[in-house]
Amino acid sequence: MGRPNDLVQGTLGLLILKTLSLEPKHGWAIGKRIQQISNDVLQVQQGSLYPALQRLEQQGWIRSKWAETETGRQARFYSLTAAGRAQLEKEREMWLRLSTAIDLVVES
Amino acid sequence: MRWFDRMRKSVSTLFRRHSETARLDEEMRFHLEQEEAERMRNGQTPDEARKAARREFGNPTVLRDEVRRGWNWGWLDTLARDLRFSTRALMRAPGFTVTAVAVMALCIGATMCLFTVVRSVLLEPLPFHDPDSLVMVYEHWRASTSGNPYNPVAPGDFYEWRAQTHGFADMASYHDSSLTVSGDHGEMPEMVAAQKGTWNLFPLLGVTPALGRTFREDEDRVGDNHFAILTWSFFQRRFGGDATIVGKTIRMAAKPYTVVGVLPAWFVYPDAQTQVWVPFADGETVERLHEHDNHYPYVVARMKPGVSLKTATDEVSALQYRMHVRYAGQPVAEDAISRPIIDDVVQDVKTPLLMMMSAVACMLLIGCLNVSNLLVARGAARQKEMAIRGALGAGRFALLREQMTETVILCGCGGGVGLLVALAGTTWLKLHWRGLPRASSIRIDLTIVLVTFGVVGLTAILAGLLPALSATQRGVLEGLKDASRGAGVGLSRARLRKALLSIEIALTVVLLLSAGLLLKSFVQLQTTDLGIAGDHLLTLRYNLPMEVYTKPEQSVAFSQSLLERVRRLPGVESAGLGSTVPGAGWDGDQVFIVPERPNYESNKQPDAMIRYADPGYFATLGVPLIAGRVFSEHDRLDQAKKVIVSEELVKRYYPGENVIGRTVVMGTDITNKKRTYEIVGVVGNTLWRVGERTKATIYFPVFSGETGYRSTLIARTSGDPLRYAVAIQKEIAALDPQLPVVEVLTIPQIVGQSTVNQSFSASLVLVFAGLSLLLAGVGLYGVLSYVVTQRVPEIGIRIALGAQRGQVLELVLRDGLRPVMSGLAVGIGGGVAVGYVIRSLLYQTKPLDPIVFAVMAMLLLTVAAIASAAPAWRASSIDPMQALRTE
Repeated sequence: MGRPNDLVQGTLGLLILKTLSLEPKHGWAIGKRIQQISNDVLQVQQGSLYPALQRLEQQGWIRSKWAETETGRQARFYSLTAAGRAQLEKEREMWLRLSTAIDLVVES
Repeated sequence: MRWFDRMRKSVSTLFRRHSETARLDEEMRFHLEQEEAERMRNGQTPDEARKAARREFGNPTVLRDEVRRGWNWGWLDTLARDLRFSTRALMRAPGFTVTAVAVMALCIGATMCLFTVVRSVLLEPLPFHDPDSLVMVYEHWRASTSGNPYNPVAPGDFYEWRAQTHGFADMASYHDSSLTVSGDHGEMPEMVAAQKGTWNLFPLLGVTPALGRTFREDEDRVGDNHFAILTWSFFQRRFGGDATIVGKTIRMAAKPYTVVGVLPAWFVYPDAQTQVWVPFADGETVERLHEHDNHYPYVVARMKPGVSLKTATDEVSALQYRMHVRYAGQPVAEDAISRPIIDDVVQDVKTPLLMMMSAVACMLLIGCLNVSNLLVARGAARQKEMAIRGALGAGRFALLREQMTETVILCGCGGGVGLLVALAGTTWLKLHWRGLPRASSIRIDLTIVLVTFGVVGLTAILAGLLPALSATQRGVLEGLKDASRGAGVGLSRARLRKALLSIEIALTVVLLLSAGLLLKSFVQLQTTDLGIAGDHLLTLRYNLPMEVYTKPEQSVAFSQSLLERVRRLPGVESAGLGSTVPGAGWDGDQVFIVPERPNYESNKQPDAMIRYADPGYFATLGVPLIAGRVFSEHDRLDQAKKVIVSEELVKRYYPGENVIGRTVVMGTDITNKKRTYEIVGVVGNTLWRVGERTKATIYFPVFSGETGYRSTLIARTSGDPLRYAVAIQKEIAALDPQLPVVEVLTIPQIVGQSTVNQSFSASLVLVFAGLSLLLAGVGLYGVLSYVVTQRVPEIGIRIALGAQRGQVLELVLRDGLRPVMSGLAVGIGGGVAVGYVIRSLLYQTKPLDPIVFAVMAMLLLTVAAIASAAPAWRASSIDPMQALRTE
């Protein structure tokens, strides 16, 4: 169905926040970016970005604005808020701790 | 900032959900376009690209739903759907809806109305500075039997309390009085209610005047300078709100008074009638201010921080006891007692108000039960619908929620209309409840509206939960089966309705009994024999100012010419003059000595109410002469050392003796020749107020020429006495144009004024009881109609098998009257209990008055019989063929 696997579900927010930390992007570009950076390993179900984006905006971590793309088309651009930046740091630390721990277990 | 972002988003998703959704769609469309464009760039055909993009994206409808759930307002969608659904369901049954809303509106409205009054009058603190530390201090007689332990304080006692005790931060005193206000330029004279207060009263209460200042200590002294403070209403009414009045003089009691200040509009203490305040010592003599045997002022005290009320009162009480010993033989009480000022203000209305509040609460409960009953019936009618919906997968909670939404809508509408009812009700009560303390502070504000919401919620739960539970509890299969079979349906539901009905009837009976007791008590009061022939009597009051009528001859001349003029008026059969008439109040008492038995235990000295009368007084009023004679024209001026006493006085102080020709000495000094009087006659007893016990009375002759008491002119007329009011007032004005006349009243009006509170509580509780009876009747009718409808096939079979119509009639009637009987039994038990609780409000009526109980029980049974008759008749005329075919 239209849901990403469990791991991505839990970390989709982190991925979006990280992607937006460089510059504001619209939804499609966020999806593409995640796919590219992860060398096509993380295949985000494209549609599921939108509920996640709404959730993040509801939390006040990102903010959206309608603007023109380079092709002159109206699109909704998302950008990180200050609170979002702090949240990104927090989630990144959590992720690091978690992945290190998993590494330790798996590689031992 | 984050909260701001969050709130903006929430608000936007709430109020602009349509544009938010449109934007989301737009965003998704943009995404798909981008994806398609990229795929085409990578060499896919447009058709392939479009399909692939869609596939990659997922189901947009599901995603959109997921997004919307994320907006936190999902419950709102559900609510809106429930509301829409319930409104539609209610609109389909307008009869039921209107009835239920009307019942709830009436019940919630009445409850909120009374609650508003109770809150403003009983619960809100008085508008004074730190009102919780204000108390009233009274004298207390140990041997008092009057039921009211709080006695006014003698001025002498007050001054000693204030000077010699230190438990209170301060003590102030006031008492009521009246003053004639006139002008220097022929303005209309009027007699106004006044209060005399010690200079420290306003600072003690924490009242800042609206204009000017309050009294200074040196203004509250016996002397020739006079000062006054106006109340806001008097300032507006008589002086047109002209602020320059402060510092000027006004003419009162024929003397110039300097206006030092104006009180704020909210200050209506001790009552709203007070127009003007003057210092406590104004117009008094030093002797009068230090009397210990004349009790009329009230004492207010402010508690000292850290000193308990008991400690402070005990100190005053100890001092009072020393004075009691010091002035042995004089009426000086032994103790002092105190109570919070708020208790003092509301003492007369507390019980009636709480009783009315309970009555409306009962009515509200009955209303809830009634609506509950209607809902059970409705639930039965919709049983099939519920079952089908349950079968289609609706959860019980969803069904329950929907049913509750319906009830909440009903109660909510009821509450809305009820608020209007409450608004109208409080306005009416404020206008018509004379003497309701703090009436001006009664208002409906946000708190009341919020409480109404609470009441609506509560009534919705009370009225809706039980029917909703019972409507949704049945198993799906059972419901469908039952509905198709017909016979024996909903027996448990009928039982539930009957139980509800029994409670409803029990509550109604309690209300009916209380109303009956109050009504009987009120009728007793109204028809009390005052001891006079009260028809065709007109009374007019005036005060001859001592400052103008300085010599006794002047006042006697005035009285005689007035009587002559009035007696000459056509239609006036006779006229009399006295200080006051029976039923119109206390008007003062004095102790006296029977010279043959001059020694009394302390506080047991004879005491009598004081009245003045002219020769025509008794005949005009119709007070019978028992022995001796009434006053004559010769009992005047220095020949007037004569008195007439009442039968009660003879019975009490001269049992079995002949009193004519004996002497009494007024006061406490037996050697005082000036106050020694000869008893010339004995007259019948009169009541000083309806509802109070008769009191030994001494009448002095009006023609003694003493002034300073109020005068009441009484005229016996042919026909409607009020028609003569103007003519008589003209005669008074012809004699003294500066003399204001007040309280032009007939005897029934005087009685009506003093029983207005009883009339109020009796009629309001009666209205509530009547409405409850109506509700109970409708409820009974509803339940029986329902039961009969349910039993049509059964009854059809019975008739087909040979049951007589009479038997069927009896069957249904018995079915209907069983809950009535059990309700009646419980209700009578409750009524007895309530009767004892309200017995302090009852006059010459026992809590177990058999007539009231019998009449009310009969009334209920009659209504019940009428309500059951129609369904029973319908049942007995069922056509068996028809009944069996409908199955």
